[in-house]
Amino acid sequence: MSDTVHGHGGEDGETRRDFLVLASAALGAAGAGLAIWPLIDSMNPAKDVLALSTIEVDLTPIAVGQRITVKWRGKPVFVDHRSPEQIAKAAADDNASLKDPQTDKDRVKKPEWLVLVGVCTHLGCVPLGQKVGQPRGDFGGWFCPCHGSHYDTSGRIRVGPAPVNLEVPTYSFLNDTTLRIG
Amino acid sequence: MSASSQQQGPVVRWIDQRLPIFSFLQHELHEYPTPKNLNYWWNFGSLAGIVLVIMIATGIFLAMNYTPHVDHAFDSVERIMRDVNYGWLIRYVHMNGASMFFLVVYIHIFRGLYYGSYKPPRELLWWLGLIILLLMMATAFMGYVLPWGQMSFWGATVITNLFSAIPWVGEPIVTWLWGGFAVDNPTLQRFFSLHYLLPFVIVAVVMLHLVALHTAKSNNPLGIDPKSDKDTIPFHPYYTIKDSFGLGVLLIVYMALVFYAPNALGEAENYVPANPLQTPEEIVPEWYLLPFYAILRSVPDKLGGVVLMFASIFILFVLPWLDTSKVRSARFRPIYRQVFWIFVLACIVLGWAGAQKPEGAALMIGRLATAYYFFHLLILMPILGKFEKTRPLPESISQPVLKN
Repeated sequence: MSDTVHGHGGEDGETRRDFLVLASAALGAAGAGLAIWPLIDSMNPAKDVLALSTIEVDLTPIAVGQRITVKWRGKPVFVDHRSPEQIAKAAADDNASLKDPQTDKDRVKKPEWLVLVGVCTHLGCVPLGQKVGQPRGDFGGWFCPCHGSHYDTSGRIRVGPAPVNLEVPTYSFLNDTTLRIG
Repeated sequence: MSASSQQQGPVVRWIDQRLPIFSFLQHELHEYPTPKNLNYWWNFGSLAGIVLVIMIATGIFLAMNYTPHVDHAFDSVERIMRDVNYGWLIRYVHMNGASMFFLVVYIHIFRGLYYGSYKPPRELLWWLGLIILLLMMATAFMGYVLPWGQMSFWGATVITNLFSAIPWVGEPIVTWLWGGFAVDNPTLQRFFSLHYLLPFVIVAVVMLHLVALHTAKSNNPLGIDPKSDKDTIPFHPYYTIKDSFGLGVLLIVYMALVFYAPNALGEAENYVPANPLQTPEEIVPEWYLLPFYAILRSVPDKLGGVVLMFASIFILFVLPWLDTSKVRSARFRPIYRQVFWIFVLACIVLGWAGAQKPEGAALMIGRLATAYYFFHLLILMPILGKFEKTRPLPESISQPVLKN
């Protein structure tokens, strides 16, 4: 490049040219970045997806000891109407050796209602134990068939490859019989 | 030019010895000897390439949110407009990008016509460009069907019905195109599939177009071959910077449309969901297809109109042989440089006529313009080359400049 047309290629001219090249390249890169952002952001959740991010669950038909699954943000949420024995067991296990220590009290708002995101924290399978007859693992909670994680009656990981406890979603009780998730 | 692979770092050298992408780029972009007298009309080739990239990029993201089904297509497009983050922007850039693509490509073609860029040794370069134009038309047409508005549906119906004009096999061909007995879900789904495929076919033909260009080398406003190194300059940085300036101007026009008049070039009717039981009062294609639509309607016979419309493009393939003049550039052809502008005017008039109702004066004007279009290409071009007294060509690209 240097042997052609640049003419007065003195030291001064070269640095000024370098500055112009760098400045326009930087401006061009910033412009390209700004232009690409709308494309990238279009892959984030759209407004209609965000609008579906809360659901309400009627708790009246759920008997003691019964577990139901509802869909929230495309994922299963476990709602467990725990029996006094299960609550006692969960509280007793607070002192057991836990991979992700958490007391049962910290994981519920009302002890009889345990609400969990039904997605194994290992690689995203849905653990078994919601339906009658399904294995509940060694600790009476849930059992993930994919890679053998056992969860207890508080949804805490006890044995297996999952790193942390089943997630507790944001929820609140609108009244005694209505649960709002999200 | 100095060999760049010597100057580059060890990583570039390591790659280049195994896969010579850097010396390829150096050779085709940096060293590529470009005539030094190219004017701004030579911007439009690279501009077309950039618009193609914008179309593919926005199209990929639109496809992530689009549903090719008659029950969901219209709503999914409206969802893109309302709910998807920046969906309105991406769709408007894509929609107006089609107009920009044709605008830029039409100017590119007229530049080729004016400066004789189709003449030897650039016939195949010209052919590949025409193939790109045909692919663009097919892609644009099928893309227009996807929102499944009234114009989408009835445009698809009218255009596919053109093939029913073919004797004997016309009806079976149309049924085959539709995948049914009317434009319906199977049609929409195959159009979506092809609308996604064809742009990549265009990219492939553009590559061939570039290979042919870099073999025959660029034409220039004087239409004479470079005689020595004095007549050429490296493409980079001289024409990359000139093309960048043109890109800035194009983007100003393009973004002015996107942000201030996004629907100015579209039909409002296409925001009404498709209704197979009711045809809109007037069916008009997008502006870039209007000249061909005018030619179609100028013939009172169904088959004749279809044949003439296709002929209007295919005739351009034999233009290198219809034009008998040895001189490329219209600068040295005193008569051609005037009739060229009449030809441009005829094409614009055809575009106007295509937008009018096909009756009365508009129909007559459309017929006259159609007749002139073919007269210019079929009769004027061969005769002019034989009888026109051309001006003397300069000895080299540098010579006329150096004399002053």
